[in-house]
Amino acid sequence: MTSSLRFRAAVVSIVLFAAFLGIWHLATRSTGAVGNMSPEYAKLMGLTATQGKSAMPGPLDVGAKLWEHLRQPFYDNGPNDKGLGIQLGYSIARVGLGYLLAVIVAIPLGFLIGMSPLISKALDPFIQVLKPISPLAWMPLALYTIKDSSVSAIFVIFICSVWPMLLNTAFGVAAVRKEWINVARTLEVGTVRRAFTVILPAAAPTILTGMRISIGIAWLVIVAAEMLVGGTGIGYFVWNEWNNLSITNVIIAILMIGIVGMLLDQILARFTRMVTFPE
Amino acid sequence: MTDKFISIEGIARRYPGAGGGETTIFEDLWLSMKRGEFGCVIGHSGCGKTTVLNILAGLDQPSEGAVIVDGQAIEGTSLDRAVIFQSHALLPWRTVLGNVAYAVTSKWRNWDRAKVKAHAQKFIDLVGLTGSEHKRPSELSGGMKQRVGIARALSITPKIMLMDEPFSALDALTRGTLQDEVRRICLETGQTAFMITHDVDEAIYLADKIFLMTNGPGAVLAEIVENPLPKDRGRIDLHRHPLYYALRNHIVDFLVSRSKTFAATVTDYDPRNVPVVRPGKPELVVAAEAEDSIEASWPSVARPSTSA
Ligand SMILES: Nc1ncnc2c1ncn2[C@@H]1O[C@H](COP(=O)(O)OP(=O)(O)O)[C@@H](O)[C@H]1O
Ligand SMILES: [Mg+2]
Repeated sequence: MTSSLRFRAAVVSIVLFAAFLGIWHLATRSTGAVGNMSPEYAKLMGLTATQGKSAMPGPLDVGAKLWEHLRQPFYDNGPNDKGLGIQLGYSIARVGLGYLLAVIVAIPLGFLIGMSPLISKALDPFIQVLKPISPLAWMPLALYTIKDSSVSAIFVIFICSVWPMLLNTAFGVAAVRKEWINVARTLEVGTVRRAFTVILPAAAPTILTGMRISIGIAWLVIVAAEMLVGGTGIGYFVWNEWNNLSITNVIIAILMIGIVGMLLDQILARFTRMVTFPE
Repeated sequence: MTDKFISIEGIARRYPGAGGGETTIFEDLWLSMKRGEFGCVIGHSGCGKTTVLNILAGLDQPSEGAVIVDGQAIEGTSLDRAVIFQSHALLPWRTVLGNVAYAVTSKWRNWDRAKVKAHAQKFIDLVGLTGSEHKRPSELSGGMKQRVGIARALSITPKIMLMDEPFSALDALTRGTLQDEVRRICLETGQTAFMITHDVDEAIYLADKIFLMTNGPGAVLAEIVENPLPKDRGRIDLHRHPLYYALRNHIVDFLVSRSKTFAATVTDYDPRNVPVVRPGKPELVVAAEAEDSIEASWPSVARPSTSA
């Protein structure tokens, strides 16, 4: 029953994708509307416009270009011409570092907040104010104080991924069932051992959910951050290709951002499943 | 003094009330048990039974008074006092073996894995869960979960077992089997046990002493019923014993009417000197019994010979 449902869903997905490609192909194939264009714009658009071909690349153009990228993802021809793999690597490394720092800070702090009503109340106003700040708003301050654009991007990732993890950890820890805590108490389990043997496993699904939200946000933010700081990374690549007017490369980058984002999410989803326990 | 293994001495528990004042759940509560005795508390919901048990466990602190166990005032929880929780409170991310082993390693921190496992296994076998060691709580029935709870409590060889309505969530058949197991284990090991129950027959089957509590707030321990049935009583033919109905009716009467009217009708109530009754037994037996055991436990107090 479920397998047939899955099969039918896959068929529908493929049909939808094919329809999307078909419409895309038809829409970008060619138009007769050459004369309607203002002369400057036509000049700007160059051959594509004068030949009556759409400026928007079709799926076949994108496919061909994608194949080219996939064949050599790691080439490096100087600062403005690096392989897609290298650019993605930079972005993933920044996200990884910023995210890791956030984990190191958010989880112990979340434990503290979850376990101590005093600290929870004391830190609450700060968290309430800091949480809604767009991570990119920190960028100028980061650039000014850190001075290194790459580290600033990592800082921005840290700042944006810390909140969901912090709040989820605090919530998960505070919501551990009283009876499990009581089991540990009646067994005279010390605070540290209790934190690791009862609270951590009990709160792990909630913590991992926070981590999953964080990785999603971090991946959203890295593209914007790299557009701002420039130099390397998939965000910079998108911006650079836009300046080169290579819409094909922009589309490929968008596709790659989506795929990497999905993979990161799936990895965290798998971890979440590993720590989730049935009750 | 020596045979007062557990002694609850004048404890009170108050909560901040709604209107700024305090609500007293109970106060000046005195209760004692001998080593190896099985005590059951019966009373209506909300009278404070769980609160008493939690204080005994050390999970809750009395607002006044103290609890002495084995000659020492208790301070917080202890591995000497194991709790079997009503909701079994198994750690769902651990297996049956893992749950019992957690208790074992908590008591004996320097035992190696093999020793812990062997010890845990012994108690899993004792409660009849051999073969289910590697199952998770979610894969067990309610009765099996409670068996794990019992194994976990017994595995640390506690001085006292505290049980808060341990079988109330189970079906009658499972409840019966587990009652048999608990009684067998307690008799075999001379385990001191303190249990809360709603089930009169459960109390009659398991308990040596049944503590009757009146309704809250301001609940009091109205009387202590000594179980007159023989030690070798069986669960199945319990009701055939000549004293069974006298005992049962006495407890049910209390629950139905006297638990509500107690405060209004009894004027000379002394919380330190709660009447002990043996329903169905002639007065003389009570007096004789009082002479050699009950009086001895409170030598300075003259006990009124009370019957139903
Ligand atoms: N944290 C609390 N704050 C205020 N009142 C409480 C609290 N815990 C329990 N009580 C009250 O104490 C009384 C006794 O509760 P409990 O010991 O659980 O009763 P029982 O186990 O006999 O049903 C109840 O009336 C309950 O409302
Ligand atoms: Mg209760």
